[in-house]
Amino acid sequence: MKVLIVGSGKTLYFLCRNFTAKGYAVVIINRNREECVQLARRLSATVVCGDGSDDVILKEAGAMGADVVLAITPNDQDNLVICQLAALTFGVPRAIALANDPENVEIFEKLGVAAFSTTHIVGSLIEQRASLEQILNLLPVGQGRVNVTEIILDDDSPVAGKLLKDINLPENALVAVVIRDNKPIVPRGANELLAGDRVVLITLPENHGPVLKVFTGEQI
Amino acid sequence: MKNSLYIVIVGCGRLGSYLANQLSRVGHSVVVIDANEETFDDLSPGFSGFRVVGDATQIAVLKEAKLKQADVLFATTHEDNVNLMVAQIARKLFNVAHVLARVFDPRREQVYDQLGIETICPTSVAAEIFMLAVAGGRAAQGDAKP
Repeated sequence: MKVLIVGSGKTLYFLCRNFTAKGYAVVIINRNREECVQLARRLSATVVCGDGSDDVILKEAGAMGADVVLAITPNDQDNLVICQLAALTFGVPRAIALANDPENVEIFEKLGVAAFSTTHIVGSLIEQRASLEQILNLLPVGQGRVNVTEIILDDDSPVAGKLLKDINLPENALVAVVIRDNKPIVPRGANELLAGDRVVLITLPENHGPVLKVFTGEQI
Repeated sequence: MKNSLYIVIVGCGRLGSYLANQLSRVGHSVVVIDANEETFDDLSPGFSGFRVVGDATQIAVLKEAKLKQADVLFATTHEDNVNLMVAQIARKLFNVAHVLARVFDPRREQVYDQLGIETICPTSVAAEIFMLAVAGGRAAQGDAKP
């Protein structure tokens, strides 16, 4: 796989090191001449010095044959234009932009560019690791508009011993799966929840906290 | 078109402030956006429009400038990519009827024509005038080719 990455700093360096270790052919575009020299010395990647949103530079970096273009500069406008040029001028099948401003994820997608936000990703990781010990997994889906959360019910859970239909759930939330003794069940109203059950919840970011409170009794 | 237009100008440099002053003077409602507050010093005392300090690549700033109500958007910052991004957001997300972006790089101009974004390239415009001047000079000497 041939990957073209436009960006700078440690994220770029470690990402490239990762990709070259996997055997990908990596080409870096970076504007800073000194950083380019360092990158070329430390990585087994091709380094092109210049503006990644300039089509001459993209061409020089071999954009024509790239499988993926990744634009991770600190400037959202540059990332957008790099990806648009890669797709329109060079026919790169996959161009992905970093949205430094999380609100730009949606905007980029509407403008036809695949985008991701590290703020979203790191934010949900921190929630997952640090918020509640009962949370086993938290997975944002639908560009972060829906959360899939796996929790474990402990003995103090206010819902342990209750029937599903008797649990007062906030709107737009769902108990998708109950895992008991390693057996997953898709529960209905007549099913009972017990301490020790692993429960997979579907929530929205707006009601995520209130829903978890129903199951754990703790305020988030 | 209405007589008085709602015009948003992104970038209050030489071109942006000139346009803002002129358009405000003839009675249009003008909003100027610039990340650097000092640039508003270039607006004339007669400028009756609004000033928004902020980075126009953040949608919150464009909302603050009430871009949804705008008839016209001019993107005149010194950064091509900022102008191209703001112009696309204005055209495709806010449905602004007339959007014009200044783009210095003539090659980038062609790509955005494809995307339906109208651009003006000062480099090409100036080059054309210089070329005409050359041709005109020749015509004056009587050796212009048809």
